[in-house]
Amino acid sequence: MTTRRDFLKAGTAAGAAALVLPKLARAESLATRVATPEPPPMDPAVKELLTEALNAAKMGGAEFADARIGRYRNNFVITREKQIVNVVDTDTLGVGVRVLVNGTWGFGASRDLTKAGVVAATREALGIAKANAVPAADRVRLAPATPTPDGRYVTPHTTDPFTVPIEEKADLLIRANTEAMKVPGVKFVNSNMFFVKEEKNYANTDGTFTTQTVLRSWLPFAATAVAPDFSDFQTRTNVMQPAARGYEYLLAAKPVEHAQQWGEEAAAKLKAKPVEVGRYDLVLHPTHLWLTIHESIGHPLELDRALGYEANYAGTSFIAPPQKTLGQLRYGPKIMNIQGDRSQEGGCSTIGWDDDGVKPDTFLLIKEGVVNDYETTREQAPMLDWWYAKQGRPVRSHGCAHSDSWSDIAFQRMPNVSLLPGEKDLSYEDLIAATDRGIAIIGDGSFSIDQQRYNAQFGGQLFYEIKGGKITGMLKDVAYQMRTPDFWNSMDMIGGKKSYEMGASFFDGKGQPGQVNAVSHGCVPSRFRNINVINTGRKA
Amino acid sequence: MSTPKSLFSRGSALSSGEMLSKSEAQAFLERVVKLSKAETIAASLGGGYQGNIRFAANRITTSGGVNNSQLVVQSGYGAKHAVVTTADFSPEGIERAVRQSEAIAKLAPDDPENMPLLPPQQYQNVDAYFDSTANLTAEERAAAARTAIDAAKAAGDLAAAGFILEGSGYSALASNTGMFAYFPATSANYQLTVRTNDGTGSGWAGADHPDWKQIDFKAVSDRAISKARASRNPVAVEPGRYTVILEPQAVGDLVQLLAFALDARSADEGRSSFSKQGGGTKIGEKIVDPRVTIYSDPADPQLLGQPWTGEGLPLGREVWIENGVLKELQYSRYWAQKKGARPNGGLGAVKMAGGDTTTEQMIASTPRGILVTRLWYLRQVDPRTVLYTGLTRDGTFLIEDGKITKAVKNFRFNESPLFMLNNLEAIGRAERVAGTEAGGNVVMPTIKVRDFNFTSLSDAV
Repeated sequence: MTTRRDFLKAGTAAGAAALVLPKLARAESLATRVATPEPPPMDPAVKELLTEALNAAKMGGAEFADARIGRYRNNFVITREKQIVNVVDTDTLGVGVRVLVNGTWGFGASRDLTKAGVVAATREALGIAKANAVPAADRVRLAPATPTPDGRYVTPHTTDPFTVPIEEKADLLIRANTEAMKVPGVKFVNSNMFFVKEEKNYANTDGTFTTQTVLRSWLPFAATAVAPDFSDFQTRTNVMQPAARGYEYLLAAKPVEHAQQWGEEAAAKLKAKPVEVGRYDLVLHPTHLWLTIHESIGHPLELDRALGYEANYAGTSFIAPPQKTLGQLRYGPKIMNIQGDRSQEGGCSTIGWDDDGVKPDTFLLIKEGVVNDYETTREQAPMLDWWYAKQGRPVRSHGCAHSDSWSDIAFQRMPNVSLLPGEKDLSYEDLIAATDRGIAIIGDGSFSIDQQRYNAQFGGQLFYEIKGGKITGMLKDVAYQMRTPDFWNSMDMIGGKKSYEMGASFFDGKGQPGQVNAVSHGCVPSRFRNINVINTGRKA
Repeated sequence: MSTPKSLFSRGSALSSGEMLSKSEAQAFLERVVKLSKAETIAASLGGGYQGNIRFAANRITTSGGVNNSQLVVQSGYGAKHAVVTTADFSPEGIERAVRQSEAIAKLAPDDPENMPLLPPQQYQNVDAYFDSTANLTAEERAAAARTAIDAAKAAGDLAAAGFILEGSGYSALASNTGMFAYFPATSANYQLTVRTNDGTGSGWAGADHPDWKQIDFKAVSDRAISKARASRNPVAVEPGRYTVILEPQAVGDLVQLLAFALDARSADEGRSSFSKQGGGTKIGEKIVDPRVTIYSDPADPQLLGQPWTGEGLPLGREVWIENGVLKELQYSRYWAQKKGARPNGGLGAVKMAGGDTTTEQMIASTPRGILVTRLWYLRQVDPRTVLYTGLTRDGTFLIEDGKITKAVKNFRFNESPLFMLNNLEAIGRAERVAGTEAGGNVVMPTIKVRDFNFTSLSDAV
């Protein structure tokens, strides 16, 4: 699951390594801000309906309420080899009303966007809140938020993917597939385009009204090579990262120009040497490391997990209780600084205001290796008031409330969580050159982590053996197993600013009913010492 | 492709509410089909109400009720086709969806694997709609949630976190080839995790049935509490190959992984665990223990699934593995036509036939082994062997000399359902499970297997 941008001519600094180092995508060509279209004001008809819901909530006894009217659209173009498989447009539109009555939440949602429909959804929410009344001690307390009477936001982009003709999208994919199919051994290619457009309107009883349009673009691509005797097959996938950008982003990644390389990588995996189990130093490229950050840092620092609110599904967190972790627990070395934000351009979690009506801020989750903060919403920030008081900071939400549709309840989701660059200007190639016996990993593969985020296992896309500071060949069947704090404390080298890239997931799952969240993770190539590597190849 | 100036300034309600009867759904879809100017149109409609309540740390947290419906229109011209979905049921909204699917279909390149729409079909009757669920109130949901909250609070040393999701709805499908299908159903699912306040114990239990009356909230609560208490202070046991008793929940997680592997086309193309070296598939070969039979059947009284696919293909009893032999792979309509096979619906609602060994007997006959309540975060490691990794969770116990002796730390495994079903020792009674990672209607037995591959320990509780 991945998209990239322009590609770097890698390897010149690493001598012989240049022969086998793949060319990697880089964000540079789109790193500068693109011209953002002027965000339009909220549709008056929408504002009227939102106001109607808030009035009905107040009349019904709510001390706080918010209402969201949103249109959520997806566009898919799906291909395999030299043919189109399907073209799909989805479109859903409705209202969700959340009320707080005597400190208890209720939520009602309907696609009936008439005054009567909006009021009926509000009544449903009020009825539920009253049926669920909690004891006084359990009542929800919200952190204050500055009202925004006219908030407008549009994802920076130059071309709205929903304006690009289907045949143009299909043609690009088929041409990319055709290039990959030219490689001997490559028998199958699956590629898609997947675009998201969310037109979100929000209002709350504090006086906030925001209207936002969010765009996301992704080009999943997988080339599969099959051994002539059917004894093996290998796939190269996750070649490009998703991003909150327009169609221009997919074009800048030049999939047609790079597809043959991806095909060659799939074929090369057939001939790669099975890894010998043991301990290795790992040099993890940003196209791989983003997912390790997501699973082993992004999730355990969700405050709802740390406090047990996700115990029945996604799980809890080893970074708990906050009283024993904030300012105390060492996650990693001093060079480790982890930022939370919803403002990096292209970041899938980037937004103007969250689904609590809060303007998100930029904050350090981990400061010089020590736990410094959690991801929060307005309901959660007061639970850390003692910590913010100690630090002389106001009690405010970091703006992490998110709902994936008008029909679902907003709750705490992951912002963009990123490993900040080191002070030294080191590159991926520099890290390889400094490593005596190791494995370099490019691209994300298999991933699995326990419900408290201690024990994880990660695969990858491309694995390269490092000997004496040089890449000596390709490996296969590689996965590493880790215990989160040990793993991050083994990190001893990180790349500099120029090596920073973002990876992303379109489908981070959490909550009941399950909701998905799209989120990005910026990071630099990093080295981890003495990590346990297993061989995953077995005979059927 | 035109879009309206204001997206929001119109009504879209169905006068009769979101739950449509068979005749209402048919009339609605007939109107949609009549609007079509394309060579072919297939339209599917679904809607209903879903209510949910969530609790954690012994208090109700979030709760909601959602009314929703969706129309999906697929238009086709020769081998070109496109799909548009909408929730806007105003006459203009429906017409817009139909026109847009036509416009996109015309622009789409030919799909060389396009299959003609099906003619009218016969479907078996599955009664999965229960008034006890359809008529449920927010107060009844809250009372059910309080069963566990009150028990955990009264205990003083426990924290309950759980989720109840129930709903009633229907799905329907029609086409200009005269096909029509309709399936009303209710659903109720309850999952509960109880943790001990000292942070060392966690127990899970769940229940699932279309009929709310069949969910025993007290029994689920008792089971999760007893697992939580028993799992306190787990000890570390060396990872390695163990004899393992997997409860139905864990078996379901692993057996459902076969869904992707059963694809006939991948097998024919040489990129599946069921590809035969040198070409062809493993149909007819013994692939697992002869006591293993796995089948899909929407009409099975324990499964109660939708008896047709999204294309309107009737679903009947489909035996994938019979007495250890691979009997059938999943054939799409296109691949079936190409290979002279019969199209079928895939794993879907799935049942593994049970046996008569009780869990107590399995434990009593185990000198040393591990009992697993459920699994978590299963991800594919190697498609060549259906090898997956994942972890145990919420109740993992050591068996010594025929008895459960202590709680153990959770394990990470790297294992394949195919290896596991080859190492079968015993099978218990099959029961409906509530919370597999893939979800759906799943009926599985408790099984005992040898040499289950645990590769590392997890400190997670």
